[in-house]
Amino acid sequence: MASEELTASDYIQHHLTNLTFGKHPNGEWGFAHSAQEATEMGFWAIHVDSMFWSIFLASLFLFIFHRVAKAMTVDTPSGLQNFVEWVVDFVNENVRGSFSAKNDLVAPLSLTIFFWVFLMNLMDLVPVDWLPVLAQWFGATFLGMDPHHVYFKVVPTTDPNITFGMALAVFALMLYYSIKIKGVGGFFGELAFQPFGKMGMPANLLLEGISLISKPVSLALRLFGNLYAGEMIFILIALLYSGGIVWGTLGGVLQLGWAIFHILIILLQAFIFMVLTIVYLDMAHQHH
Amino acid sequence: MNINLTLFGQTIAFAVFVWFCMKFVWPPIMAALNERKEKIAQGLEAAERGMQQQEQAAAQVQEKLSEAKQQASDIINQAQKRANEIVEEAKGVAVTEGERIKAAAQSEIDKEVNRAKEQLRAQVSTLAIAGAEKVLSKEIDANTHRAALDELASQI
Repeated sequence: MASEELTASDYIQHHLTNLTFGKHPNGEWGFAHSAQEATEMGFWAIHVDSMFWSIFLASLFLFIFHRVAKAMTVDTPSGLQNFVEWVVDFVNENVRGSFSAKNDLVAPLSLTIFFWVFLMNLMDLVPVDWLPVLAQWFGATFLGMDPHHVYFKVVPTTDPNITFGMALAVFALMLYYSIKIKGVGGFFGELAFQPFGKMGMPANLLLEGISLISKPVSLALRLFGNLYAGEMIFILIALLYSGGIVWGTLGGVLQLGWAIFHILIILLQAFIFMVLTIVYLDMAHQHH
Repeated sequence: MNINLTLFGQTIAFAVFVWFCMKFVWPPIMAALNERKEKIAQGLEAAERGMQQQEQAAAQVQEKLSEAKQQASDIINQAQKRANEIVEEAKGVAVTEGERIKAAAQSEIDKEVNRAKEQLRAQVSTLAIAGAEKVLSKEIDANTHRAALDELASQI
């Protein structure tokens, strides 16, 4: 909740700043105490909150799935195994539908992307103040930090570093398989000799280059944009709570409505990220 | 919204998690799912086979049943025939026995008649003499008239 001395824009700013650990301009390493300081750190900084939630959620997902996988029974499945099988089957169907080549990496990759992105998106449904306030209390009580300097962004997919990080990995796989399947020459040929033939090589390179680069960029930006916008709306709705009982009630209704609608978005975005990854990798495996 | 090391942190984490999923999560789940698929296929096949066997068994049972029925009716027919034979035989025996008894009785009667005749014959002479004595009022010597008497007796 926004406290008295905090303006609405401070509140929003606070919510949109990551807990950043990095190299201060003066050469010291430490947490950034403001958004300004975080920016000044430049590249040599890491978003502790994003990384923490990202890794925590992936570990949770893999821990649960691994436990189920170890205890898999061929006979009548029950409880969690049903759910896991349902998810795995869903992903497997999608991979088999969109990916024509044979590659043992793609299906587990898709499962990881789908469920991980889904879990990271799911953090968006946790009321926007709960975890940051908890983190502020924790930081102030145990680490002796100024609560106003404890930033805590809980939805990793609203951090472009996270979405671009994943898109980068997908892009690396695309390049790797393109070159592995078609050879360096084949891959270069695809970029250089289409669609205008040998004479139009510069134009071809430009067009195909843009289309190649746009794949990971659109992949990352789509997820980031959707979740960032959703998070922003949650924050704006949360601002209403400081406006008295009428505005607060309205805020409650809006938050519920937006959260219910957002369930669709978080699932859809996770699904889209997975399907596009499969499609891009399928294209990387195909000769044109 | 600064682009920084987090980018590569996430890329590395992504690679590690995907590797883990590919090594330890996906294969066992897929193996179990495939095994189940196979098991279901086998089960269906076995059910199909069972159905066929059951049909065969039913046909066999039908065959055995009609065979048994045939046999039973054969046996009953034979028994009927035999019973008739026995009755016929018994009838024959009874008839012969009756004839025999009748014959025996006849011969007995004949014997009795003969005996009575003999007796009568033996007494006839005496009666004749007695009669003649009465008629002649004199005694006739039996020995003298023996020949005539015997002749008379034999004529009776």
